Amino acid sequence: MNPFTLVKIAIRALLRNRMRTFLSVLGIVIGVAAVITMVAMGEGSKQSIKEQMTAMGTNAITIMPNQSRRGGVQSESTEMLEEEDVIAIREKATYINGVSPMVSVGGQAIVGNNNSPTTLSGISADYLKIRNYEIEDGVMFDDEADRMAKVCVVGQAVVRNLFGGENPIGKTIRYKNIPLKVIGTLKAKGSGDFGQDQDDVIFTPYQTVMRRFSSTTSIRQIYANSIGEGYAAKATEEIMNILKERRSWTKPTDPFRVFTQEEMIQTVTSTSDMLSLVLTAIAGISLLVGGIGIMNIMYVSVTERTKEIGLRMAIGARGKDILLQFLIESILISLLGGSIGIGIGIAASEIIKSVMNWPMSISITSVFVSFGVCCATGVFFGWYPARKASRLDPIEALRFE
Amino acid sequence: MQTKTPILSIQNLRRDFKMGTETVHALRGVSYDIYSGEFVTIMGTSGSGKSTMLNILGCMDRPTSGHYILDGEHTETLKRDALAKIRSQKIGFVFQSYNLLSRTTAIENVELPLLYNPAISAAERHHRAIEALKRVGLEGRMNHLPNQLSGGQQQRVAIARALVNDPVIILADEATGNLDTRTSYEIMMIFQELNRQGKTIAFVTHEPDIATFSTRTITLRDGLVKKDVINETVQDAKEAFEALPPPETFDE
Repeated sequence: MNPFTLVKIAIRALLRNRMRTFLSVLGIVIGVAAVITMVAMGEGSKQSIKEQMTAMGTNAITIMPNQSRRGGVQSESTEMLEEEDVIAIREKATYINGVSPMVSVGGQAIVGNNNSPTTLSGISADYLKIRNYEIEDGVMFDDEADRMAKVCVVGQAVVRNLFGGENPIGKTIRYKNIPLKVIGTLKAKGSGDFGQDQDDVIFTPYQTVMRRFSSTTSIRQIYANSIGEGYAAKATEEIMNILKERRSWTKPTDPFRVFTQEEMIQTVTSTSDMLSLVLTAIAGISLLVGGIGIMNIMYVSVTERTKEIGLRMAIGARGKDILLQFLIESILISLLGGSIGIGIGIAASEIIKSVMNWPMSISITSVFVSFGVCCATGVFFGWYPARKASRLDPIEALRFE
Repeated sequence: MQTKTPILSIQNLRRDFKMGTETVHALRGVSYDIYSGEFVTIMGTSGSGKSTMLNILGCMDRPTSGHYILDGEHTETLKRDALAKIRSQKIGFVFQSYNLLSRTTAIENVELPLLYNPAISAAERHHRAIEALKRVGLEGRMNHLPNQLSGGQQQRVAIARALVNDPVIILADEATGNLDTRTSYEIMMIFQELNRQGKTIAFVTHEPDIATFSTRTITLRDGLVKKDVINETVQDAKEAFEALPPPETFDE
């Protein structure tokens, strides 16, 4: 019997029981649509987290004191970072192309009647490169020429909040009664990672903060930029060696903690991987239930059509012909359900994306995989009922009422 | 009319069924030949083994022992698929309850056996189905569904279905069992006409008047051939039909 005829017979049999066919197709539709939507949701959140992390600078390395706290008490032997460390790293390290200290002061930034509780961050010029900031207008201060200078570069949130959106260059911000002249503005980075607004920043040379605001010699954090993706580990090791060498460090524990953005991305991605796996597994279960629905319907169908099977066999159908006939029916159900399910899954993802503003990313892989799973479901769950049909004894089957 | 090559030959055919611990001997050693062009009725009471006989003749069952040679082919050793091929190409079945596929038109029902013969194209299938329906006088009802046809018409569709693959033998199983006398005789007219055209027919029945239309009657009893007689005076179904009293109510 040629395949085209078989498909025609199967379509006719399915059309004979429209409601039943519709319901078993629906089971597959829901399963496939759920898989596609859930995968899109998982992928979307993963990508959005990754984008946010990338905006912070993919090659960024953070160095901070190893503050081991036991029972809330800070241990005495905490090593502090110093300006000399920054200079040493800048001079000696070969796997990094930028380094900047970070010293900050909290307080109110005041311009006329406006004020804003923006942190004043003391950095060196490399910081922009490390954290992917760019100058929009004006200039960045120079590490040498503007040492301890009362100048600053501000983010767009500050321009909005303190200057009412007007060009602030040349104007002055008062911070703890010290006037800082605005010499540049930063391009907007958008709402930030983990809640903090990356545009609500005031940057000033770190010596300015250290000498004029906090009169301290210790530095809270040092940021560095590795020369490229994959160099983070080497850069980390190199930095640690430079810091130890300066201190003639011999203890087995490291004096500082070093985080790389790559590690951070990996941690966050593995968490969201887990999340999308769970989502997909739940959706997969509904696909499985849909498959069981097909199996159930095919069993009913085989029993109901026992006499038809007997007749077909009596007039010359082989077991194989009967097997194929029923198998094709179940494959058609799952293919139809799969195609509609893909459509609905994509539509649902788009609707969630535009209505609820969730990050959704429809993956082509998930479309192909769920379609493949769906065909496999048809074969797998159709196989047993079809085989049952093909093994019927024609005499018994014809006698069946 | 008869040639001396048997189209069908059974030799010492036995068929046992295991029913729990007991063994039922449905056929206890049956032998006969059927020649091309014969119209044989196989008679017997229930339990005589005639259904078992027909199942074996129809290649749906295999004998426990003995030989069954159909059209020169030993069938008793064949596998399921090979038996299916014989059913598809050499046998035409007519059942008591018609067994037409519901919600399927007459012509599609007739085409059905040819679907399982890959050598026949769709066009050929259609052509042969039309020819078969013409032979049973239903060319005007080709696109009717079974539930739009009377019992007699449904059985004629079933006969057309049995003819369509040009079988070496037509096997009928109580083919008039569900029909009234008038319609039965009409059906017998068709069988007689087919027999005149050269078709070999084996017709299982328990009605003696049906047997009078055939050329030979084999009577089974308790799994053995009790009688095997050539009918000297074959009754003509058309004459018998015309001799019936006219129907009191409207005819179908």
